[in-house]
Amino acid sequence: MSAAQQPTPTPAPAKSPEPDESSRWHNVFREITTGNAIISVLAVLLALLVGAVMIAFTNANVQESAGYFFSRPGDMLSAAWDAVSGAYSALFQGSVYNFRRPSFADGIRPFTETLTYATPLIAAGLGVALGFRVGLFNIGGRGQMLIAATLGGWVAFAVDLPAGIHLIAALVAGVLGGALWGGLVGLLKARTGAHEVITTIMLNYVAFYLVSFLLRDGFLKTPGSNNPKSPASKETAVYFDLLGPDYNLHFGFILVIAATVFTWWLLARSNLGFKFRAVGENPNAARVAGISVQRMYVYAMLFSGGLVGLAGINQVLGTTTSGFGAGIDSGIGFDAITVALLGRSKPWGVFAAGILFGAFKAGSFSMQAAEGVPIDIVLVVQSLIVLFIAAPPLVRAIFRLPAPGAPRRRPVPNVSQEVAAK
Amino acid sequence: MLASPFRCVVSPGRRATPGRHLNRIDTMKLELRGITKRFGALVANDDINLTIEEGEIHALLGENGAGKSTLMNVLYGLYRAEEGEILLDDVPQHFAGPGDAMAAGIGMVHQHFMLIPVFTVAENVMLGHEQVKAGGRLDLAAARTRVREISERFGFDVDPDALVESLPVGVQQRVEIIKALSRDAKVLVFDEPTAVLTPQETDELMNIMRQLKAAGTSIVFITHKLREVREVADRITVIRLGKVVGTASPTASNEELATLMVGRAVDLTVDKAPATPGAPALVVTNLTVIDPLGQILVNDVSFDVKAGEILAIAGVQGNGQTELTEALMGLQPRVVGEISLDGTSLRGHSVRQVLDAGVGFVPEDRTRDGLVGGFTIAENLMLDRANKLPFVKRFNLQLSYLADFARTKVAEFDVRSQGIETPVGRLSGGNQQKVVLARELSRDLRLFVAAQPTRGLDVGSIEFVHERIVATRDGGTPVIVISTELDEVAALADRIMVMYRGRIVGIVPGDTPRSVLGLMMAGETPAEGAAA
Repeated sequence: MSAAQQPTPTPAPAKSPEPDESSRWHNVFREITTGNAIISVLAVLLALLVGAVMIAFTNANVQESAGYFFSRPGDMLSAAWDAVSGAYSALFQGSVYNFRRPSFADGIRPFTETLTYATPLIAAGLGVALGFRVGLFNIGGRGQMLIAATLGGWVAFAVDLPAGIHLIAALVAGVLGGALWGGLVGLLKARTGAHEVITTIMLNYVAFYLVSFLLRDGFLKTPGSNNPKSPASKETAVYFDLLGPDYNLHFGFILVIAATVFTWWLLARSNLGFKFRAVGENPNAARVAGISVQRMYVYAMLFSGGLVGLAGINQVLGTTTSGFGAGIDSGIGFDAITVALLGRSKPWGVFAAGILFGAFKAGSFSMQAAEGVPIDIVLVVQSLIVLFIAAPPLVRAIFRLPAPGAPRRRPVPNVSQEVAAK
Repeated sequence: MLASPFRCVVSPGRRATPGRHLNRIDTMKLELRGITKRFGALVANDDINLTIEEGEIHALLGENGAGKSTLMNVLYGLYRAEEGEILLDDVPQHFAGPGDAMAAGIGMVHQHFMLIPVFTVAENVMLGHEQVKAGGRLDLAAARTRVREISERFGFDVDPDALVESLPVGVQQRVEIIKALSRDAKVLVFDEPTAVLTPQETDELMNIMRQLKAAGTSIVFITHKLREVREVADRITVIRLGKVVGTASPTASNEELATLMVGRAVDLTVDKAPATPGAPALVVTNLTVIDPLGQILVNDVSFDVKAGEILAIAGVQGNGQTELTEALMGLQPRVVGEISLDGTSLRGHSVRQVLDAGVGFVPEDRTRDGLVGGFTIAENLMLDRANKLPFVKRFNLQLSYLADFARTKVAEFDVRSQGIETPVGRLSGGNQQKVVLARELSRDLRLFVAAQPTRGLDVGSIEFVHERIVATRDGGTPVIVISTELDEVAALADRIMVMYRGRIVGIVPGDTPRSVLGLMMAGETPAEGAAA
C-alpha cells in the first residue's frame, strides 16, 4: 500500500443518504396513518383516562375536598369518582341512549344525533383517509368543503328543478366542487412538485376569503340583506329526514354509508385503488412498474376532494339548510384528519371513528348541561387521541405491546428460510 | 503496538479522558460463548461459540440472513442476547450500547459508511468523541494529528482536511478504519467491506487488513465472497441459519466452503452453451444522460445487444450504469441520443410504453424500485399489469385469477413463503428477487434488462437467478446484465462492456481475464486486440 498508489476516483460516491432518510419519514407516515387497530382502541382508552383525570381536577367539589385531603382522603376520592362518572355517563346518555326518557323513541334520540354529527365527519374522514393511502396529507378539507358548499349551495337555492333531480344536481355540484378544489392540489403536486400540505393550507385561505367575498358581494349574497349569509336552500334540494320530522337524522347518512362502501371497493377491489395503494406504499416501485405516479396523485386528490365535498354539501343540504356563512365547514375538515387517523385510513375504520367522534360531539353538549363539565374537555380528549395515535411507541410502551417492526428488520430472511426448511 | 498520543476511554455518561500510553501492546482476545438471540419465535443466533485470537483475521462466512450481522450487532451492543456472554481477555463484558463496545476496544466498519459527507476527515474522526480546548472550542489540530499519525503508520494516504464527500469510496472506507483505530479498537469488525469496492480497492483493503493484523489488531471479516476469504483469512467460521456449521482453513476450496454455507453441494459455474447471437435487437446510439444539475452521467454511449446473447455491463458502482438502465427504461427525463428496439424508437417513451414494448426489467435496488414491501406476493406479481386483462375487468381486480396466477408463478420460480398472501417485505432477499423475476419474465419479452440481479443474495438464489437469465437468453431474448461483481460478469457474459465515468471504456469478449477487466474498471482502455 504505497502512498503513491493512485486512488480510483468515482464520480458519485455511492448513493447519498437522502433516499434512506425520506423512506424513513415515509415509514413513519405509514405507521401513523395505517397502523394497527389495537393502537386506535388503546389510544381512545388512554385519552378517556387522561380526560377523567382532568375532569376530576377541574371539578369544584374535588378541589374543595382536596383542601382537607390528609384528614379525610376518602372525600376527595369519592368526589373525583362522582365527577368523572357523572361526566362520562352524561356523555354516554347524550350520545347513545338516554335512560331518563320513558319511551324508546325518545331514549334513542341521542344516538340519532350522534349519527347526524357523524355524517359529515365520516365523509370528510374518508377523503382524508384516501389521501393517506396514496401517501398524501390532505389538510385542505376546509377549503374543499367551502367550495362544495358554495357550488352545491348555489344550485340548491338559485336553481329551480323538480324535487329529487334538484337534490341530485346540488349533490353532484357539491361533490364536483370539492373534487376540483382537491384535484387542483393534485395537479400542482404532479406538475410542479408543490407539497400538498402547503397548497392545501393556502387553498383553505383562498376558499375562505373567496366565499366571504361571494357572501358579501357575489352570487351567494342574500338579496336585501347585509348579513354575510346565503339564501336558504330550496325544499326540493334538501335531504329528507330518515326517521320523520322528530329526528334530525337525514338522507346524508345513507349517502355516507354508500360512500364508505364505494371507498372500500375503490381501495380494495378496483385497479385504480390498487395503483393508489402501490403509490402510497412505494412510489418508486410503482413508477418502475409503469404506474404514472403523477397521474395517481391527481386522481387521488380528485376523489379525496370529492369525498370531502360530500361533507360540505351535507352541511348545506342536511344540517344548515337555512342559509350558510363562511363558517359552514365547522372545523370538520380538520376533525376529519383525526377521524382518518383513528380509523387507520381504512374505510370501515373511518366509519367507526366518525361515529365515535359524532358521539363525542353529541354527548359533549349534554355533559356540559348536566354536569357543568366544559365542552373543552371533549376537545382535549380528541386531541389526546391524535397525540397517542401519532406516538404509537408511547402507547406500546404503556401497554407493553411488542413493536411490530422490530424483529422484522434484519432477521426475517431466516423466518422464510426456516419455514421453507420445515 | 497501537501507540496513540491520546488513548481515549469512553464510558457511558463520561467524556473522553485523554492520556498517554506509548508503546503499549494492545492486543485482545475476543470470545463469544453460547450466544443466542431470538426475535419472537425466530432464533437468529443459536448457541454460537466463536473465538477471535489475538491478531488474527477471522472470517465469518455465511449466506445473507444466516445471522452474521445479528451476531456482530450483539457484539457491538446494538442487540442484547438472550443467552450467552461476551468475553474480552477472559473477562465477561456487558455492553449496553455501541459506546460500551467501543470503549472496550471493539470497532466496526459498517457496510454503509457512517460518515458525514460535508465534514472533513478529521471532523468525522473526532465526531462523537470530540476533544475540547478551553472555552469549548474543538481541538481540531489534535484530531488532525491523530488522523495523520494513523494514516502514516498504515500507509493509508488520507488527507485529514479533505472533505469526505470528495473522496473515492475506497478512501472513505479507510476513514472509517481510522475512526475505529483512533478509538483504540483492538478488534475490528468489517461488515461486507468489499461490496462497494473496485477489484483494485479490494486488493488494497486486503493489504490493510494484513497490516492491521501485523500490528496486533484482531479482525472479524464478515462476507459471503469466497475468494476474498480464502485470500486473507487465518480461520474461517461458517454460519448457516443462525448456527455455526463448521470451521475451515483458508486452504479449503471454493466448493467446500460453498457447500458448508448452503448445506448442500453447489455448482458455482453457470452451465451455458455458447451463445448463438442473432441480429442486433437493441441499438443504442450516442446516448447521453444529464441530471437536473447539468452533470453528465452517461456520456455519448453507443452499443447494441443481439438476440440470444448476454451483454454484461461491468463497472464500479456509480459510473453511469444505473442512469443508463434508467434511460433505457424511460425513467430518466433528460436523455439525448437514440434507443431503438427491433427497429422502433424507445427514446422519450414512458415506463409504461417501454414495458409494453416488451422490455423486462429487474431494478438494482429491489426493495426500493422492484417491490412494494407491504403488498402481498400476489399483488406484487401484478404490479405492472394493473390495467390489463385478465387481471382487471372493468375496473375490478380479478382476485381469483390473480391467486391462480400467483400460485403458478410461486411454484415455477420456487418462491418460498407461507403463501401468496405473505407481504414480500417479510421474504428473504433471494425470494424477493424471485418474485421480481417471476413478474418480469412472465410477460412476452423482446429485451430483458437485469441490474445487479444477485446483489445481496445467497449462493443458492444466485444459482437460480443465473439459470433463469441464461434460459431467457437461450429463448432468443437479448439480455443486458449490469453487475459490479466480476464473478457474475465472468459467469454470464457473452460480451462485456465496461463503463467508467459515464463512458464506455471498451466492449470485450466474455472470456476476458479478470485482471484486464479490473484495469478497465479503473478507466484504462483495454490492450490492443482485446476489443471485440
